[in-house]
Amino acid sequence: MTTYEGATLGLLAAELHAVLGPTAVITDRQRLRTYECDGLAQHRVVPGMVVLPESAEQVAAVVRACAAQGIPFVARGSGTGLSGGALPHAEGVLIVTSRMRRILEVDAANERAIVEPGVVNLDVTKAAAPQGWYFAPDPSSQQICSVGGNVAENSGGAHCLKYGFTTHHVLGVEVVTPDGELVWLGGTTRDVPGYDLLGAFVGSEGTLGITTKIVVRLLRSPESVRCLLAAFPGVDEAGAAVSAIIAGGVTPAAIEMMDALAIEAAEAAVACGYPDGAGAVLIVELDGPAGEVEHTFAAVRRHCTDAGAFEIRLAQDADERARFWKGRKSAFAAVGRISPDYIVQDGVIPRTVLPDVLRRITELSAGTGVRVANVFHAGDGNLHPLVLFDESKPGEAQAAEEVSAAILDLCISYGGSITGEHGVGVDKACHMPRMFTTDDLDTMQLLRRAFDPTGVCNPGKVFPTPRLCGEVPGKRKAVHPLQAAGLAEQF
Amino acid sequence: MATTLHGLQAACGEVTEAGADDVVDGVPARWVAWPGSTEEVSAVLRAAAGLGLRVVARGTGTRMTWGLPPTDLDLIVDLSRMNAVVAHVAGDLVVTVQAGLRMVDLQDLLATHGQQLALDGFDTLGGTIGGTIATAASGPSRYRYGSVRDLLIGITVVLADGTVARAGGTVVKNVAGYDLGKLYTGSLGTLGVITEAVFRLHPLPEARRWITATTDGSAQAAAGIAAVRASQHAPVALEVDLAMPGGAVTIGVAIEGVAGSISARADDVRDLVGAAVGIPATVAEHPPDWWGQPPQAPYATVTCQPTGLADLLATAPGTLRGSAGAGVLASGLTDDDRLGAELARLRQIAGQHGGYAVLRCAAPHRRAGLDVWGPVPAMTLMRRLKDQFDPEHRLAPGRFVGGI
Repeated sequence: MTTYEGATLGLLAAELHAVLGPTAVITDRQRLRTYECDGLAQHRVVPGMVVLPESAEQVAAVVRACAAQGIPFVARGSGTGLSGGALPHAEGVLIVTSRMRRILEVDAANERAIVEPGVVNLDVTKAAAPQGWYFAPDPSSQQICSVGGNVAENSGGAHCLKYGFTTHHVLGVEVVTPDGELVWLGGTTRDVPGYDLLGAFVGSEGTLGITTKIVVRLLRSPESVRCLLAAFPGVDEAGAAVSAIIAGGVTPAAIEMMDALAIEAAEAAVACGYPDGAGAVLIVELDGPAGEVEHTFAAVRRHCTDAGAFEIRLAQDADERARFWKGRKSAFAAVGRISPDYIVQDGVIPRTVLPDVLRRITELSAGTGVRVANVFHAGDGNLHPLVLFDESKPGEAQAAEEVSAAILDLCISYGGSITGEHGVGVDKACHMPRMFTTDDLDTMQLLRRAFDPTGVCNPGKVFPTPRLCGEVPGKRKAVHPLQAAGLAEQF
Repeated sequence: MATTLHGLQAACGEVTEAGADDVVDGVPARWVAWPGSTEEVSAVLRAAAGLGLRVVARGTGTRMTWGLPPTDLDLIVDLSRMNAVVAHVAGDLVVTVQAGLRMVDLQDLLATHGQQLALDGFDTLGGTIGGTIATAASGPSRYRYGSVRDLLIGITVVLADGTVARAGGTVVKNVAGYDLGKLYTGSLGTLGVITEAVFRLHPLPEARRWITATTDGSAQAAAGIAAVRASQHAPVALEVDLAMPGGAVTIGVAIEGVAGSISARADDVRDLVGAAVGIPATVAEHPPDWWGQPPQAPYATVTCQPTGLADLLATAPGTLRGSAGAGVLASGLTDDDRLGAELARLRQIAGQHGGYAVLRCAAPHRRAGLDVWGPVPAMTLMRRLKDQFDPEHRLAPGRFVGGI
């Protein structure tokens, strides 16, 4: 592989100027700094160069030029990722898709839309809504995150309990392969003959190529949506309610839980007005045909009452439903009100061990003096513990990192996963050997090599490398700039 | 030959000379191994690698005529001894099973817990877990629940060199590492031998209803399907059955849910379908007899986007049955010299609507000389993938697309 020194990048910049035009190639150090991190701000690398292509052909031209000289490249959508998947390469090219924002087609009769990768998630639903359809994946950054990023990360959201992840809602993608070829994986119909390369590509965190067009499935909007907020004395009772709902054969659209510390933070930040004295709250949402929803909603209320809920509020209209969600959706940022610094964790456990794991987290917190606020997608066992600390106090950051790592260990020991939706990226690459054997990881590399034999496409992500794993795991030191500006929320 | 047999027997106790039935799509094998664990599969494949043997994995053998015959075959790895349920935690709606377990046995067990693996259709129930994954078989309920790729959350395979590799996990929500389960789904045994799988489960509904209407007009039938699609009735399945080219079409809609509201919901769907088709629809508590049944061989699977349905129903050279909702149907074709021309015509119609036609099931002499797979996009990447996973092309050689 050629060395990628300044001189090589300079030559490449000149070449790409000619292809993309001067405004689409950024080499100025100050402007490059804008792109030094994604939503995981503790990892920062100033990219060697940033390009802003406007078409698939331009992306292909950039990739071909990089591949020819062995220069690494990284794709970036809106930069809201929480695992450093779009962390730039210092001697490489960052390919930003923000100028590829066209919705090419909304075709309700064929239950699909075709979009460019830079299109904002929520804009797909906005475009389809007048005809009564929507795009199901709803990560909480959906007002700003891109569909291309959703494909790379296999994004979920609060409603993936019932509707699944991005991988269930993409029929086809046009991609630029790491050697610069434009190919379609999947298409506009299901079961395209051959290997399911589409399925392998979605969620590959930008390591197999760059998406340039996406055929997304649209779903018909449900006839009825009902939402309730239930307050419990503690997480054990709330957890029991979740188990009872699931055991009763109901698949809600979403079941979300917050514990006392998370509620305290949300109250301080957005005055969400949750019931006083709640040790835990559940938000349960059901959707579907009105007759079905009415019956199951009544059952869910009974399960909550039986499990010990002391107050249940039913959203009377869309405004009240939005108020229920406001506390939940603001929870991550709200933690800033009760702690100067915090780490956002993303782990998964089997739903049935939820009470055990929460007890272990409480013990961990008590034993170390590190406070942990718990926010989670309770229906699918996806935990988002927020580990609180104060950077200015000696030893606190280190203790918080250890508690955060111990929580991941707990998830693994109970048969869960090190990430449910934020991805591996650079943040958790070093944790991968705790979940997979060397043979498992080597087999995944076979797929990577089929797409990217020379290793130029988003190198250093997902899989552990000695350089990366010699470093101390990171922590969240500050609110992401997008979040501070009110542009994004985190779940 | 005796040396080879001994070599294999050293790896896995149960290895025999092949019998008259140990044939894959007309190609006889020389030996059959009956491993009882992932470790034994690994040992057998390592031994086979050392001996340079060509290998095909087998479950109940119900779909050995899909794809093309192997170009060479030495060893069948029969998974029928690996038929255990490894773990079923009902509260987590997740099950871990060995690949040789029969689908029907799994569904029977899950039903006692009020649960299901939401894969249906006669085609699916006849085979094993491994065979269902390797062929990506699906039935009517895929419209609501998706197909194998959507329900498989973890997998263990043994690669051609004996390497045991897992991907995914035992929780539904998990984005750690590549989703290799999707690659093995539908790969016809060309990337590895599947030994274990983890699936997401769903609760069995309290009640189900089937709404059907039969019309002479393909446009009216397609209008009925389109009306249900555009409605908020959230059907589980949207099926069509065209028993004779150019003949009457029956459309079938399945709904499910709590017993308390199912009848009223079914009546609403019946009225909607009746109005859209122009012929009264009926509600039943059981599916029509054609539901989920594949046509008689030979047949092809044909895909099309939703708006192509009317054209497909009007012009297809064969019978049609399957998920109009998902746009994946089976077309029964003529079992004589006309087969090739009919397949080509079907492929032409599908192609006009974004779809494909693949000959699934036909006697070997009928398939000879035919382009079973038709055009396949991204073929270069698929070849590179095969070269990485099975560099010596010893797993089910020639059975898959492009001679893979």
